[in-house]
Amino acid sequence: MLEKNVTLSLKGCSQGAWMCLPVFPGIIALGAVFGTVAAQKGLTFLEALMINSLVFAGASQFVAMEVYGDPLAWGTLIAMVGVTGAVNMRMLLIGASLRPWLGQVPAYQTYPSLFLLTDLNWLLALSEYNKGTRDWGIYLGSGLVVWCVWSLAVIPGYFAGSLISDPKAFGLDVVLPAFFAALLVPLWKGKRQTVSWLVTGAVATLTWALVGGYWSIFTGAIAGAAAGAYLDD
Amino acid sequence: MLAVLGMASVTYALRAGGYWLMGRLPITPRVRRGLEALPGAIIVSTILPIVLKGGIAVGLCLVVAAAAQVGLKKEYVAVFCAAAVAAGLRYAGL
Repeated sequence: MLEKNVTLSLKGCSQGAWMCLPVFPGIIALGAVFGTVAAQKGLTFLEALMINSLVFAGASQFVAMEVYGDPLAWGTLIAMVGVTGAVNMRMLLIGASLRPWLGQVPAYQTYPSLFLLTDLNWLLALSEYNKGTRDWGIYLGSGLVVWCVWSLAVIPGYFAGSLISDPKAFGLDVVLPAFFAALLVPLWKGKRQTVSWLVTGAVATLTWALVGGYWSIFTGAIAGAAAGAYLDD
Repeated sequence: MLAVLGMASVTYALRAGGYWLMGRLPITPRVRRGLEALPGAIIVSTILPIVLKGGIAVGLCLVVAAAAQVGLKKEYVAVFCAAAVAAGLRYAGL
């Protein structure tokens, strides 16, 4: 079942890195805004840097900052870890879907590289895999470069306040969802996807309306995958 | 500092956890089909709340992105088009 031809090369890494170029403005803006928010919340520079580089998951960092309060009580601490987990729950599914590809790479290489897993390099890696690419440098290179840009972007934000006062005016807030929408197009192959996505959409909308937050990503994706699994062509 | 470490480790656990779990489960044809359907489902369920929150303007931008992708087959052009439309719509006050 598994093809034994997954490779890793410098060329793949740099190709993956280059593919991220168009989203740099969005990443830099978001990272800088996080720096500004962290500064306003009274975090030290070191704390802001550490959260940004170690957690490395945009949305969850912002939500955690919403919860944060000074001085930090145990309850707040647990809430911060809790919301981070809830927002990043989708990582479970994203990681699971990479198994067919990265499963052929030795574990001592994959597990460290999973630290770099984000929606962005997951999407890039997956769409390249579907095009027939078997060089997982695409994943590694794009993950590394995004991590570097993200880690650096927080610095000017922390010190200079918001450089771009209103990212919305430049349409920067739609960059990531638009990227998602574009990558969805080649995934469509026929009836199975249509049904699966309709199920996903219905469950996600329902969850979003009833519970709110980020739970809809989880419930919708599970429902859609189940629909896909039980639908025979 | 504890909060930082807690957040970092819970995130990494989720990143690696799904991948690890899938290595322990037998990959039957059914599981494989489910995994194949997973990426699209994740994308759909991620975009939907953004559209529901962002309203017609955001929805329109994503339609533009998808249409550009169908026509031109270049993700980056599609993203650029969508951002340009968003900037235009905001400028127009939508």
